Amino acid sequence: MSISPNLVLDARAVNAWFGTMHAVRDVSLEVPVQNVVALIGPSGCGKSTFIRCLNRLHEEVPTARVGGHVFLEGEDIYDTDVDPVVVRRKIGMVFQKANPFPAMSIYENVASGQRLAGITKRALLDETVEKCLRQAVLWDEVKDKLKSPGTSLSGGQQQRLCIARALAVNPPVLLMDEPTSALDPISTAKIEELVMNLKKDVTIVIVTHNMQQAARISDRTAFFLLGERVEYGVTTQIFTNPHDSRTEQYITGRFG
Amino acid sequence: MIRHFDAELGELKKKILTMGGYVEKAIEESTQALLQREPFRFQTVSHYEELINRAHLEVDEACLQLLARQSPLAADLRLVIAVIKINTDLERMGDQAVNISENGQRYLSAPALKPLIDLPKMAQEVRSMVRDSLDAFVRQDVALARDVIRRDDVVDSFKNQIFHDVQEIMSKAAGPTIEQGLNLILIARNLERLGDHSTNIAEDVIFAMTGEDVRHKGSLEKASGAY
Repeated sequence: MSISPNLVLDARAVNAWFGTMHAVRDVSLEVPVQNVVALIGPSGCGKSTFIRCLNRLHEEVPTARVGGHVFLEGEDIYDTDVDPVVVRRKIGMVFQKANPFPAMSIYENVASGQRLAGITKRALLDETVEKCLRQAVLWDEVKDKLKSPGTSLSGGQQQRLCIARALAVNPPVLLMDEPTSALDPISTAKIEELVMNLKKDVTIVIVTHNMQQAARISDRTAFFLLGERVEYGVTTQIFTNPHDSRTEQYITGRFG
Repeated sequence: MIRHFDAELGELKKKILTMGGYVEKAIEESTQALLQREPFRFQTVSHYEELINRAHLEVDEACLQLLARQSPLAADLRLVIAVIKINTDLERMGDQAVNISENGQRYLSAPALKPLIDLPKMAQEVRSMVRDSLDAFVRQDVALARDVIRRDDVVDSFKNQIFHDVQEIMSKAAGPTIEQGLNLILIARNLERLGDHSTNIAEDVIFAMTGEDVRHKGSLEKASGAY
């Protein structure tokens, strides 16, 4: 399947169900490389379900079903011969609540992906751990306590640890589902800075309820409503001059 | 859902309209004082200018607060930005009314240079542009705003005609005639600037209502065509 070379992810007519509930309806989304794409919309609009379809996480829910295609660098991740575990290694995910592996140290949290991939050489692991913790702007805060449990860190630090862990396997795409909604403004600002710096290395799709956050950090924004993608465009256009009246109503706080 | 923000926007609109009313009065008094040869009316212009300046500060403060506290987006954002710019234009229009009144006072203190034929028509056109640009804002009337922009050419051609006529008189004379000629040229220039500011307001109305930026359209197209 050939796609435009600057698209890292290309979702086409994605549908998702929970049992008989049709949660995502015919959603297509082209994600250009080195972009941050924000998904916004009221609660229950299908944005989180959609993002979970982008790395085959949705199908893990009992009764869940997915239809459509998602091309990652030209390969359909829903092809029958594709292993979902491999997909999830290439498309990392960060959740609303930080979820460091509780039994692991800071170091082991970040190194876990590499270890699973069979890398055991200490020097190589050290190098990856430092690089990813630096990328996640956490290195200076944890370099002297790498053996402490990941869960000993503050909420904001734990979230950055999860980002470092996701980066350790060099994914071309990182999905973030409301990664700052449980964080204080300072920790939120750090994650936002981090997202803007990371996009040169990894394309990011982020679900957020914070409209100002979407406006600050994303290059493109998609507005979801009732399971449909209502409007998708360059972020500045969406927030200054949306074309669809439903987008306008939502972002100016008239509903939702 | 009724938004608290809408009430604040409504207050802001009211403020800018009151200010627009002062600007209209200042222009009316300065031009009528000159055209009716009633110099005592010039006094009232500085009173209106004071009110305009006070409103200028109040509108700026209200916009700053709205931006800081409400972080408006989309049409709300465009409206606040438009109000900030309209506010600046209105304040400068107040200054132009003062300029007309100062140049007018000098003109009336000496014998008339010539019968004023085009200047009353120009002043009439400018005042209607000012009124219509503010009406377009109140009524969110994009068609009226576009009409105001078109009428700027009429004002410009009045200015050119006045410049030409005065130049002719000045080239054949000397002394006080030169000074009176300069006064008339300055007044025509002040009126022309009022037309320009009304055009700016009309452009901001179109931006706020539609998101379309119509500024500098002709000149930018010409420039890109040159390459």
